[in-house]
Amino acid sequence: MFTLAGKISSRLVSRLLLRCSSAQPLAPCVEETEKSQSQPLPNASPQELPLGDEYRVVYLPKDFKLHRLNVGPARAVAIKKSQAMEYYRQQLTVRLLESAAARLYKEQLVRGFCHLYMGQEACAVGIRAAMRSTDKLITGYRVHGWAYMMGVSAQGVLAELTGRRSGCSGGKGGSMHMYGRNFYGGTGIVGDQVPLGAGVALTSKYLQDGGVCLALYGDGAANQGQVFECFNMALLWRLPMIFVCENNNYGMGTSSKRAAANVNYYTRGDLMPGIWVDGQDVLAVRSATEFAIKHAQQKGPILLELCTYRYGGHSMSDPGTSYRTREEIQKVRQQHDPIQGFGALCLEQQILTADELQEISQVARLELEVATRAARKDKEPPLSHLWRDVYSGVYEGKLRGVHPGIEV
Amino acid sequence: MLRSRLTQAACAAQRAFSTTPKVLAAKQMTVRDALNSALDEELSRDDRVFLLGEEVAQYDGAYKVSRGLWKKYGDKRIIDTPITEMGFAGIAVGAAMAGLRPVCEFMTFNFAMQAIDHIINSAAKTFYMSAGAVNVPIVFRGPNGAASGVAAQHSQCFAAWYAHCPGLKVVSPYDTEDARGLLKAAIRDPDPVVFLENELMYGTAFPVDDKITDKDFVVPIGKAKIMRPGKDITIVAHSKAVETALLAAAELAKKGIEAEIINLRSIRPLDTATIFASVRKTHHLITLENGWPQHGVGAEICARIMEDETFFELDAPVWRCCGVDVPMPYAKTLELHALPRVADVAEAALKVLGGKAGKATAALK
Repeated sequence: MFTLAGKISSRLVSRLLLRCSSAQPLAPCVEETEKSQSQPLPNASPQELPLGDEYRVVYLPKDFKLHRLNVGPARAVAIKKSQAMEYYRQQLTVRLLESAAARLYKEQLVRGFCHLYMGQEACAVGIRAAMRSTDKLITGYRVHGWAYMMGVSAQGVLAELTGRRSGCSGGKGGSMHMYGRNFYGGTGIVGDQVPLGAGVALTSKYLQDGGVCLALYGDGAANQGQVFECFNMALLWRLPMIFVCENNNYGMGTSSKRAAANVNYYTRGDLMPGIWVDGQDVLAVRSATEFAIKHAQQKGPILLELCTYRYGGHSMSDPGTSYRTREEIQKVRQQHDPIQGFGALCLEQQILTADELQEISQVARLELEVATRAARKDKEPPLSHLWRDVYSGVYEGKLRGVHPGIEV
Repeated sequence: MLRSRLTQAACAAQRAFSTTPKVLAAKQMTVRDALNSALDEELSRDDRVFLLGEEVAQYDGAYKVSRGLWKKYGDKRIIDTPITEMGFAGIAVGAAMAGLRPVCEFMTFNFAMQAIDHIINSAAKTFYMSAGAVNVPIVFRGPNGAASGVAAQHSQCFAAWYAHCPGLKVVSPYDTEDARGLLKAAIRDPDPVVFLENELMYGTAFPVDDKITDKDFVVPIGKAKIMRPGKDITIVAHSKAVETALLAAAELAKKGIEAEIINLRSIRPLDTATIFASVRKTHHLITLENGWPQHGVGAEICARIMEDETFFELDAPVWRCCGVDVPMPYAKTLELHALPRVADVAEAALKVLGGKAGKATAALK
C-alpha cells in the first residue's frame, strides 16, 4: 500500500544496506542477509501514495524470500511519525514487560513456567500494526507480549503471572493462558494453536466477517504433525489464514538444524505460498503481514517465516547457554536488536529525535513500574474461584472437593 | 442372528415394563434415525451449527447417521474432512471458541484417541483457564465401545476416560428417546459434550410418541432414567448395557426378583441422586458396563456410594459387572465372553441378594 519506488534517497538505501551487510554471520536464521535474490521494486501509482509530508519512505534492508509467489510484499514502506512512536513504544513496552516478568520470577512471585519474548518484539508489533479490527490471532505459550499487544494491560499480564485477581485470566491461567478480544490465547501444548487458529479462520469464512486468523508457532512446533494436517485442510478449504512460524532458531534447547530436515520453514507448506521475513525488522514484518492478510482474504492461506531470536533461555529455568554460545546471543543483541535497530532508523530518517525516544522510554518505564507494583500488591483470587468457570452452562452435578461432602 | 434375538427381547422387555402403555401402539424409530433427525432439526434451528468429520457428507456418514444432510445443507454446513483426527478436532474446537457450534464426528471413538489432546486440553480446559472468557460449545460424537468382530483396536469404551475430566460433559444414550433428546441437548449446550453412541444400537428401533418426535424435545444432561421400577435390587447401566440389564431383569422376574434398572444417560455429571434413592429402596446394587473394570464407571459409582450415607443402606457389597480386563479378542466365542452377558448379570444379582433371592423365588411359588 505504501510503496514508493522512485523517491527513495539512494544515499539512505546504500547506508542501510551497508549497515546490514557489515553484520557477521550468526545463528542459522539471523545470518540470512544478502543471500536472497533482490527483487525489483514494485511500481506504485501516485494515487496510492500516502498524503502529507509526515510520511517517510523506508527501503527495507533485507529482502523477502518467496515460495510459490511471483510478487512479494512491498520493500519500500511508508511510515509516519505517530506510527514510529507507537512501534517504538510497543516494542520497548513488551521488552520491559518481560524484564518485569523476569524480576518477579526471580523474586519467586511467578510460579511454574515463564517463557520470555525478549528479542522477538518486532514480530508482535509488526504483525499487530498490520492487523485490522476483524482479524484474529492465536499463539503458543510465549504469550505475555502478545496479550499486551492484543489489548490486555501490563498489569493484567503481570498480575496473571503473580496469580492475582486482577490478572487477565483472574489468576487461573498463569503465564501461558491469556486471552482478549479477537485473541484466543495462549495455549500451552506445542502446536495446538495451529488447528485452533484454522478453526477460527474457518469461522471467519463461515460467518463472512472479512477477517483472517493468524496462528503463530515456533520452529519447534513447526515439526508437529497437526501443523501439516492444517496446512492441508487450510489449502483444501481456502481458509483465510496466515500461518506464522516465528523461527527463533531453537525449540527449547534443540537448534532448528538439529530438529528439521528442511529449515526453510516458509517452504514447508507444500503448495502453500510462503515468505521469509526479517523478524527483527518491525517494518518488514508489517509489510509482510499486510501482504499476507490481503492474500489470505483473496486467495487462501499463506505461510510467513519470521526469522528472529530469543535472548533468554526457553523458559526462566533455562540459562540458555548449554546449546548456544554467549557470544552468539551478544552478537544478535548488538547487531540485530529490533528495538535498537528501529530507534536508529528513526534517528537516521529524522522521524524521531533522541529526546523523543527518551521520552517514550520514560513513559513506558513508568507504565511498567505502576503495573509491577500493582501485580505485587494485588490479592490472590478468593478460594471460591477454585470452583468457578468449569462450565459456562448448567451443570447438574456437583464438583467435588478434596473430601466428600465438600462439593460445589 | 444372536443380535437380532437380543434386540427383539430387549424391545419386548421394554414394552412389557413401560410405564406409558399408550406407546405400545406408537410408531417406531431407530437410534440412527433419532440421531439423524436430531442433527437435522438442530442444523435447521441454528445457523451456527455445522457437522464435520470423515465421510459425513457425500458418503452420507460411515454409519449413515448423517444420511441426506449434505444434500439438504450443502458443503458449508456438512464438511467432509481428510483422515486427520487431530487436525479436524482442533479446527472444530477453534471454531467453537470463535462462536460456531460444531458437531465433530469421529468415525469411531477409537480414532478420537488421536485427537484426545484437543478434546481435553483445548475444549475442556479453556473456559476455566480463561476465567470464563472463552467457552467452547462443541459436540464430539460417534460410536463408542465394542462393535462385532472388530478386535482390540476398534472395541473400547471411553466413557470413564472422558468422564474423568472436569470441563467435559459426557453422555451415552441407549435408545431412540435418549439419542434424540440428548443429542439436541448436547448441541444446544454451551460447554463441550462428548456424545458416546453405540454402533450395535444404530439399527435398533424403539417406540416413539409425539413428545419424543417434537422438534424441541430435549433430555436434560445429568439426569438418569429409571427404565423399569423394582424393589429388590438396583442395576445401573449405560448405552447398550441397558439392554443387557433389561433382559437380565426379565430373567430375574421369573425368579420373583424385581430389579430396578437405571439408565444413566449421562456419565458426567453422574446422577447420583437417582442411584442413591434407588439403593435406599432396594438395598442392593449392581453396576453394569461394557467398559473395563479398573477406574471405570462402576468403580466411580461404588466410590460415590461409599462416601455417602447411602452406604449404610446396602445389605450386601456392590457388585461390578464389566467388560473382561483384556483387550477385545477377535474370535466370536472369546468376544462373547469378554463382555457381560445377561446370564452374568442375573447370576450377579442372585449372589448379591444371597438368601433373599431364594426367599423371593419361594414366595413366587
